[in-house]
Amino acid sequence: MTEIVKARNVSMKFKAVEALTDVSLGVAPGEQVALLGHNGAGKTTLFRLILGFIKPTAGSISIAGFMPGSDAARHVVSYLPEQVAFPKMLTGREVVRFYARLKGAAPEGVQAVLDKVELVEAADRRVDTYSKGMRQRLGLAQALVGNPRLLLLDEPTSGLDPLSRQHFYELIADVSRRGCAVLLSSHGLSELEAKTDRVAIMRKGRLVADGPLAELQHQADLPIRIRVRAAAGAVASVHAEIGGGRINCASVELYCAKGDKMRILSKISGLGAQVEDVDVASPTLDEVYRYFSNNGIEQIQRGEIQCTA
Amino acid sequence: MHGVITIAATEIRIGLRNRWIILSSLILLAFALILVLLGSAPGGEVKTDAVTVVVASLSTLSVYLVPLIALLLSYDAIAGEIDRGTLQLVLASPVSRGAVLVGKFLGHVAVLAIAVSFGYGIAGLVAFLANGGGEAVALIGVGRLIASSTILGATFIAIGYIASASVRQTGTAAALAIAIWLFAVVLYDLALLGGLLASQDGFFARTVFPWLLVFNPADAFRLYNMSAIDALAVGSNLGGAGSALPLSGLATMVSPVAWTAIALGLSTFILKRVRP
Ligand SMILES: Nc1ncnc2c1ncn2[C@@H]1O[C@H](COP(=O)(O)OP(=O)(O)O)[C@@H](O)[C@H]1O
Ligand SMILES: [Mg+2]
Repeated sequence: MTEIVKARNVSMKFKAVEALTDVSLGVAPGEQVALLGHNGAGKTTLFRLILGFIKPTAGSISIAGFMPGSDAARHVVSYLPEQVAFPKMLTGREVVRFYARLKGAAPEGVQAVLDKVELVEAADRRVDTYSKGMRQRLGLAQALVGNPRLLLLDEPTSGLDPLSRQHFYELIADVSRRGCAVLLSSHGLSELEAKTDRVAIMRKGRLVADGPLAELQHQADLPIRIRVRAAAGAVASVHAEIGGGRINCASVELYCAKGDKMRILSKISGLGAQVEDVDVASPTLDEVYRYFSNNGIEQIQRGEIQCTA
Repeated sequence: MHGVITIAATEIRIGLRNRWIILSSLILLAFALILVLLGSAPGGEVKTDAVTVVVASLSTLSVYLVPLIALLLSYDAIAGEIDRGTLQLVLASPVSRGAVLVGKFLGHVAVLAIAVSFGYGIAGLVAFLANGGGEAVALIGVGRLIASSTILGATFIAIGYIASASVRQTGTAAALAIAIWLFAVVLYDLALLGGLLASQDGFFARTVFPWLLVFNPADAFRLYNMSAIDALAVGSNLGGAGSALPLSGLATMVSPVAWTAIALGLSTFILKRVRP
């Protein structure tokens, strides 16, 4: 597959700060890749390198075969920065038309993208009357106009409510179906709601994971949590039998590897009436993200629980 | 070229909706009308063309107000767009940085030309009509004032870009713009005056002073308008230096034009090094 954007062993140093170290990443046409990482992980720096605003201190980047920042490359990419405030005096339509003209896009495209982001009714109102969600959609409209082949979105959904976020991912899915490559950043996996094809996780400027979500879940091999609620007065004996930790005066919680799950569950069912309820939880997206972005599972620390039963 | 026109058109749109710009062109009009009314008051029998007198007073007004409006338009041009994140969007699209600056420049100069034409045009017309018409030649004086004020404004717009491209915060750029205005329009002249007083008839007064006067675009503008009008009829404190000036007449306007070119070149150079 020929990738639209291809970063090879890219490093970026700002004086003493090593913002990126040996990052290699590619996005193919029609593919959506989520770039995850805490604040300061280097996501925005990677975008600025791809746009050609800054030059890598090592490694190389190509955009559809062109140098980042070259005229040809700028015809290919569209960008939505983390924070952008459009001129308050202009209307939404004027803003989109401005960027459409700069990109040399067809004027009909303006109405089409306004329609797509559901801003047609507000299009002739000034931007200073827009809500936060509307401004974000205007930013997206500006990025979508002119049918770019590569869409770079820096934390596009932070601060949006779940419904707008869902709508946002529907829009992104739509453009990627038409063959646009999408690279978007986010600081949490749960925000993505598993909508992207691939997830790349950065930690302190290094790429620590890159693959489909299911693969990352497999790779992390996080333990499964089993929570057992004991019958009245039986919590101590249940605890003695299956181990783990007591989380309150009625429940015991333990973590086990995927392979051990059935063995432990049958042991629990062997306890009969001593057990009132069992709850089994697979690792959440956030736990998978934390595993990679913090390098390992956080230690589960809990104090001793005193029960007066 | 496409980008230049697009950016210029948008700057005109934003400028004409900017309430500070609207307010300052109204102030320009108000001052101009006051001068017209004072000028046409029955002061004496001197029937020098009333419009010409008004144009002379307005050119003094221009020296202070036009650079201020120009800097008001330009100080935010780069720093503000960096602040708001829109410069990244513009530079991510296929327009050159030179085109961005030229587009902004043309747009801002157009806004300034509109503001000056509005203020001085109305005032000039009122003066003309209030004096029962008169020679149409006087109206040419108004046109000359509007044109030269626009050139003076263009100079300070370009100088404002240097300030705006050199810093990353709007606030810093605003402070820098005020400092530029204060220096070029007020302090510079005070310093020259001090120098003149110190050496009444010395080397400074005869050789250095005239050059320093033309060097400052605001003073060059003043000299041009004073020489264009019959300076004697109006009486100017700087008129005495007229004979010793290195440049005279229209040639004095070389100073603001040269400043504009240099400032545009320098601000493009700085903008090319900005890493948004
Ligand atoms: N212009 C700069 N000068 C110095 N350090 C910078 C600059 N830009 C980014 N950094 C540093 O690079 C690191 C990565 O920043 P960034 O890419 O903005 O992270 P993210 O977008 O993932 O939050 C941070 O430690 C940040 O302080
Ligand atoms: Mg960032």
